[in-house]
Amino acid sequence: MDWGQLWTIASAPDNVPIVALLFLVPFFTWMGFKQARANDRLAEKLEADPAMAKTHHRKTWPWKPHWSKEVHVWPFLLRVEFLATIIVTVLLFVWSITLNAPLEEPSNPNLTMNPSKAPWYFLGLQEMLVYFDPWIAGVVMPTLIIIGLMAFPYLDSNPLGVGYYTWKQRKVAVGAFCWGFVMWISLIVIGTFIRGPGWVWFWPGTTWDHNAAVYEVNRDLPVLLGIKTQPWQAVFGLVVVGAFYVAAGLLIHLLITWSKFEKKIFERTTMLQYLVFQFFAISILLSMPVKLLIRQVFRIKYVLLTPWFNI
Amino acid sequence: MESDKPVKTESKAAGGELEAAGSGVKSNIKEEMALLKKKAAKENIREELENLKDPARTQIYKSIFRVKHEPTPRSRSLGVLTNVFLHLHPAKINRDATRFSYTWGMGGITFYLFIVLTFTGILLMFYYHPSKGQAYRDILYLESDVPFGKLLRNMHRWAAHLMVITTWLHMFRVVLTGSYKTPREFNWCVGVLLLVLTLLLSFTGYLLPDDQLGFWAVTVGTNMARGTPGLGHEGPFGPQLGMTPYNDVRFALLGGSIVDANALLRSYIWHCIAIPTIASVLMAVHFWRVRKDGGISGPAPIALTSEMKGPGARAVKQSVK
Repeated sequence: MDWGQLWTIASAPDNVPIVALLFLVPFFTWMGFKQARANDRLAEKLEADPAMAKTHHRKTWPWKPHWSKEVHVWPFLLRVEFLATIIVTVLLFVWSITLNAPLEEPSNPNLTMNPSKAPWYFLGLQEMLVYFDPWIAGVVMPTLIIIGLMAFPYLDSNPLGVGYYTWKQRKVAVGAFCWGFVMWISLIVIGTFIRGPGWVWFWPGTTWDHNAAVYEVNRDLPVLLGIKTQPWQAVFGLVVVGAFYVAAGLLIHLLITWSKFEKKIFERTTMLQYLVFQFFAISILLSMPVKLLIRQVFRIKYVLLTPWFNI
Repeated sequence: MESDKPVKTESKAAGGELEAAGSGVKSNIKEEMALLKKKAAKENIREELENLKDPARTQIYKSIFRVKHEPTPRSRSLGVLTNVFLHLHPAKINRDATRFSYTWGMGGITFYLFIVLTFTGILLMFYYHPSKGQAYRDILYLESDVPFGKLLRNMHRWAAHLMVITTWLHMFRVVLTGSYKTPREFNWCVGVLLLVLTLLLSFTGYLLPDDQLGFWAVTVGTNMARGTPGLGHEGPFGPQLGMTPYNDVRFALLGGSIVDANALLRSYIWHCIAIPTIASVLMAVHFWRVRKDGGISGPAPIALTSEMKGPGARAVKQSVK
């Protein structure tokens, strides 16, 4: 166990945000889901007791009938905002006094940094470069993520859960987003803590060896199965990718129609909403981990080989 | 004409006034001296000083704030509504909306960080030349000679990192509370664009110190653009469409085929002018839409599954109003 190496990575000033994320994301996830659980319990209670449902104020926070439902922004909100700005300012000052922004040697095109890493928030994309060619990892995937995020509200046909934390009423939407979010953070963590010189996989705690030799040979699935000529490689790849989309689509369909309530939401979903959701769920949320697995476990690089591009 | 009248009577009286002028001035001065003495009396001065103790009663205060600083509902509402910096807020909000546990405060903090970054960024611009050979020296100069230069640069860097984090957490909260749903779908889209701009702002700033870190990060980042389908010279169908390293989309981003002086200038302009301007416009839309879409989404009373209407119905019946 090389604690020194681990400390070198974790204490690099530019990696501080990732270390912070490792705490912040679980903390806020916990905070959100704690409230979701409380709200779900309240909902269960009210479902069981219609008389109570009619009179209850329907929040988990205390409320008495003579309390006003609204408060003045001045001072009740503004003091919170003021406090927040002060805390952030103090935090920034302390952070800026104790930790210096990194400055390396002057830029030198003749001396490649190893590992040369993108800024931490793009490390997910850089890590994806291992699993996909640059045109997918660097261009198509980011575009799909942005469009998928923008399409998200239009695909969610569930009318419940506006303005309060809940899990039971919105399992599909919350689950899908959390899955993507956790995946994105995980790729960043892999890119930061695990990828060393030459973008080689070094488990946390092992020494980054600049001369590390990688013996695994990456293989292409068609070649592995003895298909060595075009156009059969392309045909075979298309069949495999098509089969993946069908299988993944079935899996996702099962997941989003799991319970009675989920089926009710599914009834409200239009065909267009359903197909677009399937497309993004398969292309972003599933293809990424699947490609990661077949690469890391089976050392398979490409599935679809064509003369112009490979997937 | 009516307006001429006072002029006429004045000229008539002028002769008489001239005669009485000598004694008149004397008595006037006497009267004024008496008045001054009265004003200088201890009680008077004390009262005036007492008044100064309460700035809210001074004319200067009133001229600036227009509204009395009182704990009355009217003053509190007007205090927000008549202030250009505060008027984005409504006068009153949901009593639970001030809870940190609901909003996490991340949207507001993101905006505050944008202000911090603009402030520190403008100060940094005073010391920075976006040219090869000069840029790196400027950073060294900033770190060693400029008073508080190191603090300034550090703060700009860390605030930028923090802004990326707070943007993500803000989005996370919006998803967990279902705040992107009708009627806020469009504002969510504006928010996604702001996320992209935040990342691009951070990324374009990365190259500016012109050190190894920024140079190779931007090299790695822009190399991906070579693979753009149809538009990059290494992308699918790129070469077939006539793309070379000298006319593809990466060339347009860098202003050349390698990360060099033009790339530095381009990222400087994007970083300091173009993206902040676009982001400011989108932020205005974002905040305005928050209000127009009915304020922040909650905390709202929870709806029950049994209250959900059949397919096609848009809204859920809310029995508690």
